Amino acid sequence: MLGVSTNQLSVRRRRAVSIGLAAAALVAWWLLYRNLAPLARWIAYDALPFRAETHLGSAVEFFIFEVPKVLMLLVLVVFGVGVIRSFFTPERTRQILAGRRESAGNVLAALLGIVTPFCSCSAVPLFIGFVTTGVPLGVTFSFLISAPMVNEIALVLLFGMFGWKVAALYMGTGLVIAMVAGWVIGRLRLESWVEDWVYAMNMGAASSDRPEMTWAERIDYGRQAVRDIVGKVWIYVVLGIAIGAGIHGYVPQDFMARIMGKEAGWWSVPLAVAIGIPMYSNAAGIIPIVQALLGKGAALGTVLAFMMAVIALSLPEMIILRKVLKPKLIGVFVGVVGMGILIVGYLFNSIF
Amino acid sequence: MLKNMRKGGQMKEIKVLGSGCAKCMKLYEATNEAASGLGIEYNLQKVTDLQQIMGYGVMMTPALVVDGQVKVVGRVPGVDEIKKLLN
Repeated sequence: MLGVSTNQLSVRRRRAVSIGLAAAALVAWWLLYRNLAPLARWIAYDALPFRAETHLGSAVEFFIFEVPKVLMLLVLVVFGVGVIRSFFTPERTRQILAGRRESAGNVLAALLGIVTPFCSCSAVPLFIGFVTTGVPLGVTFSFLISAPMVNEIALVLLFGMFGWKVAALYMGTGLVIAMVAGWVIGRLRLESWVEDWVYAMNMGAASSDRPEMTWAERIDYGRQAVRDIVGKVWIYVVLGIAIGAGIHGYVPQDFMARIMGKEAGWWSVPLAVAIGIPMYSNAAGIIPIVQALLGKGAALGTVLAFMMAVIALSLPEMIILRKVLKPKLIGVFVGVVGMGILIVGYLFNSIF
Repeated sequence: MLKNMRKGGQMKEIKVLGSGCAKCMKLYEATNEAASGLGIEYNLQKVTDLQQIMGYGVMMTPALVVDGQVKVVGRVPGVDEIKKLLN
């Protein structure tokens, strides 16, 4: 008896401690974030011997300010999304999507793609789990397109480095591509182009007696996400900002502007997509390249199209999906998504 | 009374489901540590076969199965949490 009650007490105490720590960390985050700009100026010009009026000085200040800013945003958002994700298991998402009518299902699937945890190493079991339990093929595709492409890492990096407009554009158009491409694939009725053994798989009923996660465990899940993701991504952030700092304040006059700039011909968007497909990178790895391209005068639509092609149409992802899809269906998938990306590229080049 | 009696076949059947990603290895190691820390008799297995993984209704790896029951999906809990799940 005594053993049990001390055990419960320590569980409760641990929960209080971890929630308290999280709250304290949040306050510290906010204080530091608010004071980053003066701190960066102080480090650049007082602690280090740079001069404010020089190119080099302002580049250093830019770097010292931007790196912690973007990393701090990343930590906060990845942590927050991690905690939110602990509520959205793929199972729950599947239950929501099973038996949905197509159009509404496509919209929902694309949106759930943002918050449902996803890793391309699980794409195959997820695909099988969806299509064998009544999620329509097109709705499954909407999810599979949105999940890797529209995620918090891409959004927070785009927001931190290029502002909310670029981030919102990326998110909005990425979602629309996922919805429409999934809908088109569903309309084409290509179920027979899925490998035959997939529909023969027996999906076991997930046991529902799994204990709900406690808040302490959810916070821990968020911390784990931060460790995993920021641990991998920070180097790209530093690289991207270093490139940004390097071209900070210089007028872009480069051949990049000719082949990817606004004045380049109609072919520059399809070319960017074609170059992007064989490249494989996560959302973070592509950021330094995006930074360099934009800094050198490439047009926004062309760069967004390039970024989407790299993330959403990667060769390794297709090789993974080849296990469950016949080549014809992979072809349709690439064609439909690629078309959507082209349209996005042209659209933004004509608006901005 | 009954609970205190030790029966012969009380070995814990523990399975880590996953097709070889880095997190699957982490979960395997953490589970091993937790189980040996508890000092229980156990049999720890890695399951990589897709049909078997799907058979547990698991769509995201890694997953932890204890005596046929899926306890964790898609994450690597800490050793302490795994100990709780094994008991």
